[in-house]
Amino acid sequence: MKKNLKYNAIWLAIAVLGWVLINVFEGVGIIDQFAENTLVLIGINIILATGLNLIIGFSGQFSLGHAGFMALGAYAAALVTQAIPTEGGFVLGTVIGMLLAGVVALIIGIPTLRLKGDYLAIATMGAAEIIRIILVNLKITNGPAGLYGLPQLANWSLVYILVVVTTIFTVNFIHSRNGRAILSVREDEIAAESMGINTTKFKVAAFVFGGMTAAIGGALHANYIQTIAPNDFGIMESINILIIVVMGGIGSMTGTFAAAALLGILDMVLQGFGALRMVLYSLALILIMIFRPKGLLGTWEFSVKRLFNRTKKKAKEGA
Amino acid sequence: MQILQQLINGLSLGSIYALLALGYTMVYGIIKLINFAHGDVYMLGAFWGYYMINTFHVGFWTALILSMIFCAIIGVIVEFLAYRPLRDSPRIVVLITAIGVSFLLENGMSYLFSSSPRDFPQAMVMHRYHLGSLSISNVQVLILVTSIVLMILLQLIIKRTRMGKAMRAVSVDPEAAQLIGINVDHTISFTFALGSALAGAAGVMIGLYYNSIDPLMGMTPGIKAFVAAVLGGIGLIPGAALGGFVIGLVETAVQAMGFSAFRDAAVYGILIVILIIRPAGILGKTTREKV
Repeated sequence: MKKNLKYNAIWLAIAVLGWVLINVFEGVGIIDQFAENTLVLIGINIILATGLNLIIGFSGQFSLGHAGFMALGAYAAALVTQAIPTEGGFVLGTVIGMLLAGVVALIIGIPTLRLKGDYLAIATMGAAEIIRIILVNLKITNGPAGLYGLPQLANWSLVYILVVVTTIFTVNFIHSRNGRAILSVREDEIAAESMGINTTKFKVAAFVFGGMTAAIGGALHANYIQTIAPNDFGIMESINILIIVVMGGIGSMTGTFAAAALLGILDMVLQGFGALRMVLYSLALILIMIFRPKGLLGTWEFSVKRLFNRTKKKAKEGA
Repeated sequence: MQILQQLINGLSLGSIYALLALGYTMVYGIIKLINFAHGDVYMLGAFWGYYMINTFHVGFWTALILSMIFCAIIGVIVEFLAYRPLRDSPRIVVLITAIGVSFLLENGMSYLFSSSPRDFPQAMVMHRYHLGSLSISNVQVLILVTSIVLMILLQLIIKRTRMGKAMRAVSVDPEAAQLIGINVDHTISFTFALGSALAGAAGVMIGLYYNSIDPLMGMTPGIKAFVAAVLGGIGLIPGAALGGFVIGLVETAVQAMGFSAFRDAAVYGILIVILIIRPAGILGKTTREKV
């Protein structure tokens, strides 16, 4: 614990510095309403994509149903905050959404995670579509029109804090004993099993964890955009999250941050192009994948510890 | 009688899914790629047929064949430009590229030709035949018969020609196929051409059947056809045909029972149940991994 205190303190400092910087930029006027909007959407996408990266990149299970869990979080938060439009209501709604997403992920995960590769992808996609269709047909969710006029309880500060918190939780989970078990399942399921690792348990654990973080992203989405409809959480949304994960580099959290930021900024810049926007966006996507097939950062991970050790080594060599 | 009527409706819808699913399954069998852009090739086929009939006043059969040729060319070009540079990359990367191609085709067509739906010219006069209380249109018969003929042709190409043999060889082991002198790149191009031609045929026929086409028409049938291919056992040609018919029939049955809002949910539900019982699809063989 004490050994890592220095690095943890540095990380904390970086996080606080980021928050202060954005605040200052906002005060000076470099970040206007439009840019802030982009910033919040990037933040929500980071939360969604880190969860999916845990499932795809670290446990090696190909899930195409992330938007389903996002929808559960969004609807839970929306319904609760409609009744209790306060910060407390948002917290309560998010927690309910996370629990709901966790339970649903458990129910979906236990049978389907026996499947492999593309079969799993298509089964999770089907499960997410079933969630969406149920939302379309329920009375309480107001059917295909969705819920609107929700209180705007999420702002960029809250999104920023939740990005930091979910990232810390996810990264710590990966570096824990359980996290290493999950990595071993990705590397070789049979070898992991022969070492006495309950592979099903850890695959489901990663799936549930990822689903719960997706619910946080969904709750923020609902209370920032203020309008949600079942069609916001279709296959396309799952694919958009998948694109962030693959473009950043599968299994690289730093890459997820970079890709979410890049795509968010690309989206903002292309707003001016009108109808041509999506054409340019898809061209950029194809070209990035062809020229950087390992993703923007591959499996490279930014690490304060390594940076620190390197500078220390250099200083020693210099002396 | 009602059941028989729904059976006919389900079969004609199912044969469209089956034609699309064949394209997915062939490409998957040979390069293990979920070709997300396949549904959009089907859309391009419908649009090409539309322009051929409207501008050059060709008949239905000519339009069908021209669309098949056009889509075959598009399929080969897409493979050459977008997938071939990534031949040695992880599969998920190629998958994202395929999604990119799909976005590009959808949005490019929306940009060039507006996203509003347009009427497909009635190149063939719709007749309805009544047998007792049964009602069958000639378009339904045409879709069913054409699809089955195309499937038989495909089966003949794969089983009886040299190129078909090469395709089967590459799908079993690309490296070994290369060693015995098969040009793997040509074989993959040929597979894309075949699959895309079937999608083009499906596009023209659905245009005639539903009488309306738009640039996003390929999205949902594309995903359903992929589900069909997985359901039947992906990589297997009879499996794709079977899966397509099963999905068409399930959809029509659920709709006929009055649960049309849950039509897609039923399809996905059945998919999940079948995958849990038979993890490699209905006709797929589960291979045990040896350590």
